[in-house]
Amino acid sequence: MRIITGNDLKTGAVTWWTGYDWSLHVEDAVDAGADAEAVMAREVATCRVNGPYIIDGEKTADGVRPAHIKDRIRALGPTVRPDLTLKPADPEAREWVI
Amino acid sequence: MAESGNPTPAATEQFSAGLRFRDDVAADEPAVSLDAFLEQEEADSVRIEAGEDVTVLFPHLSRVRLIEVDFPKFRDGRGFSTARMLREAGYTGEIKATGDVLVDLIFFMRRCGFDSFAPDKPIDPSDAEAALTRWDNVYVPAADDRVPIWKLRHG
Amino acid sequence: MYRYDKYDQAMVDTRVEEFRDQVRRRIEGKMDDDQFKPLRLKNGLYLQLHAYMLRVAVPYGTLNSAQMRTLAMIARKYDRGYGHFTTRQNIQYNWIKLAEAPDILADLAKVEMHAIQTSGESIRNISSDQYAGAAADELIDPRPWAEMLRQMTTFMPEFSYLPRKFKIAIIASAEDRIALRWHDFALRIVQNTAGELGFEVFAGGGMGRTPFIAYCIREFLPTTQIFSYLQAVLRVWNRHARRDNIHKQRMKILVHDLGQEEFTAQVEEAFEHFLSLGEDFPPAEYDRIAAYFAPPAFEQGLSDEIDLSDPAFARWVERQVVAHKAPGYAIANISLKPVGGIPGDITAEQMELVADLAERFSFDELRSTHAQNLVLPHVKKADLYTVWQALVSAGLADANLDLISDLIACPGLDYCSLANARSIPVAQKIAERFADPARQADLGELKIKISGCINACGHHHAGNIGILGVDRKGSESYQLLLGGSGDEDTTQAKIAGPGFDEDGIVDAVERAVEHYRAVRSPNERFIDTYRRVGMDGFKEAIYG
Repeated sequence: MRIITGNDLKTGAVTWWTGYDWSLHVEDAVDAGADAEAVMAREVATCRVNGPYIIDGEKTADGVRPAHIKDRIRALGPTVRPDLTLKPADPEAREWVI
Repeated sequence: MAESGNPTPAATEQFSAGLRFRDDVAADEPAVSLDAFLEQEEADSVRIEAGEDVTVLFPHLSRVRLIEVDFPKFRDGRGFSTARMLREAGYTGEIKATGDVLVDLIFFMRRCGFDSFAPDKPIDPSDAEAALTRWDNVYVPAADDRVPIWKLRHG
Repeated sequence: MYRYDKYDQAMVDTRVEEFRDQVRRRIEGKMDDDQFKPLRLKNGLYLQLHAYMLRVAVPYGTLNSAQMRTLAMIARKYDRGYGHFTTRQNIQYNWIKLAEAPDILADLAKVEMHAIQTSGESIRNISSDQYAGAAADELIDPRPWAEMLRQMTTFMPEFSYLPRKFKIAIIASAEDRIALRWHDFALRIVQNTAGELGFEVFAGGGMGRTPFIAYCIREFLPTTQIFSYLQAVLRVWNRHARRDNIHKQRMKILVHDLGQEEFTAQVEEAFEHFLSLGEDFPPAEYDRIAAYFAPPAFEQGLSDEIDLSDPAFARWVERQVVAHKAPGYAIANISLKPVGGIPGDITAEQMELVADLAERFSFDELRSTHAQNLVLPHVKKADLYTVWQALVSAGLADANLDLISDLIACPGLDYCSLANARSIPVAQKIAERFADPARQADLGELKIKISGCINACGHHHAGNIGILGVDRKGSESYQLLLGGSGDEDTTQAKIAGPGFDEDGIVDAVERAVEHYRAVRSPNERFIDTYRRVGMDGFKEAIYG
């Protein structure tokens, strides 16, 4: 799948395109398909997102999994500070990244 | 050399078409390339591209009225040195910044000796005025008449 | 230490308002990110993996307690309760919101701090000796010149869009504590045969993907001519550097392309010109600044005795405490490298404790180091035990200065958008592998430096053992380098061979270290053994 991700302009938080809005959770990401470029151009113009780009990913039993480790770290948070990630209580989360 | 940084009201009004901080009549001939200028003894306006060696102009400065210095990308800072070197060489004619000239650069450009601007994209006049009047003092001298802070400290 | 006068204060205050206006225009959509990015970078604001990151300048590594408390307040109010000290003696925060960045800068300005030119294609924070003003071996305190350089290089109109970043360092001792020759431009304060002070000048160094060690461009520059000389160097570079490839625009590349002789000649010609303009800062300005750096009122007649009956304290003193120029005083290094911790990270509570210690025991002064540690520069020897107990209570009393667990590491792929691999987990695993204090002490001075990409923020080129994280077909891989140094005997580390995965690199480091133990001469440091025996034996030990 083609996932659009970026950072929220005002907060810098990692966001994922859900088809109609931006979510903090990679599970909400949709396959933007051939529309991805058009969506990015439109969203940049409305100043909601900073530096959006398209990544590869796949839908697995556990949800959406970005293909590259960098985007998995973005999706979760720093692997060296599990307390600051989106899943602080989940000891398995770090394994998902790696 | 150059006068104070405040744009005159008239200049501010014209800003969308460009801004000029000089009282003399603007040169009316189009600026020619550096090579063409060196070949044409009657030319009085010349255009310097980023990366061109401005020092070859120095022997001819007495016949120059306008020097355009181009900024192909705003991140390309070579034009700052070009302008300041021209002022250091005694040139008193017009130096115009052209190309990718952003409002956040014009204060430094004025300080390097630019006294007119013809940006590719128009600059908001109120933003320009704010940028040019923001700094009361400066740490270092440049090609303008601003007094560096160390001199203010020691009288 | 230096205090702002009304002019300095107005500069930072105005800068805050300028940036507030720029942020407003960005959020309102009057500027796109392409235009905004260089402006935010010149105020130290990056967009990293998880959020914006703000890098705050710690000019020449000197802080007072009020500043450190403000840094703690910022960590708590605007970030997530911690900060990270960097290899340029700065501090950065990882979870900043764009809309709040101007407020942070305003809070910093209240304690005479800023984030000006801590990133972007600009002249960065001036590095200096963390022991300045305290070191027994220094010729003179280099910080007055560092502060003058800070003012000279703040908002230089001609050099506001340089080809690339430009890093300056200054020291005044023969021992190099700041990786002098890894800088674009570096000054060592020296004395000529007539007894006059001047600068030995180095140019063209830098790490990154094409590392170069700076060469001596001038053996003696009168201190009063530094502004002219610096402008000459910058002008030659600004005019002639390539602008077509961001990886080839650092000054070191121009020096290499032109050759040292030609570069030197062009600088000298420009220098003559700048001298003729008569714009150099006068001695009176040096004197004004230097007055702020007058030595504190050290007590006289103090004992040099330290009660070392507590063995843990004795170990800490032996490792972390360095000779001070004043009798009865010592320089105390504070490790930010607890085993298993994140190199350079410090919590808001720790910052406040260190601020208290500085205020009570070190004439209100603190230093940050390029090795991502802190220093209390002026501690009475009689107070060392009290200081140590407080550090123990805060988890800041590790005794590992310059040992194998005192690793330098960049934030790596856990935080940084440029990184190819994570650095911190590798640093943690190595520190854990060698956690035994006796084993560390036996190995002696051994500097490991880890970068998560070729930009080399973790100084891997200068590591006795360097580690470089790379992306190998989508997974993290680590190259091992040997033989680098950022000290006075500067050398560039060489790649030992093929890369490893995360656990493999830790094993490889251990094999290199064990080889050193097997072949070292008595009292020989790792780097000296490597230089004596060469790469081959190490290669054999590492790759079998």
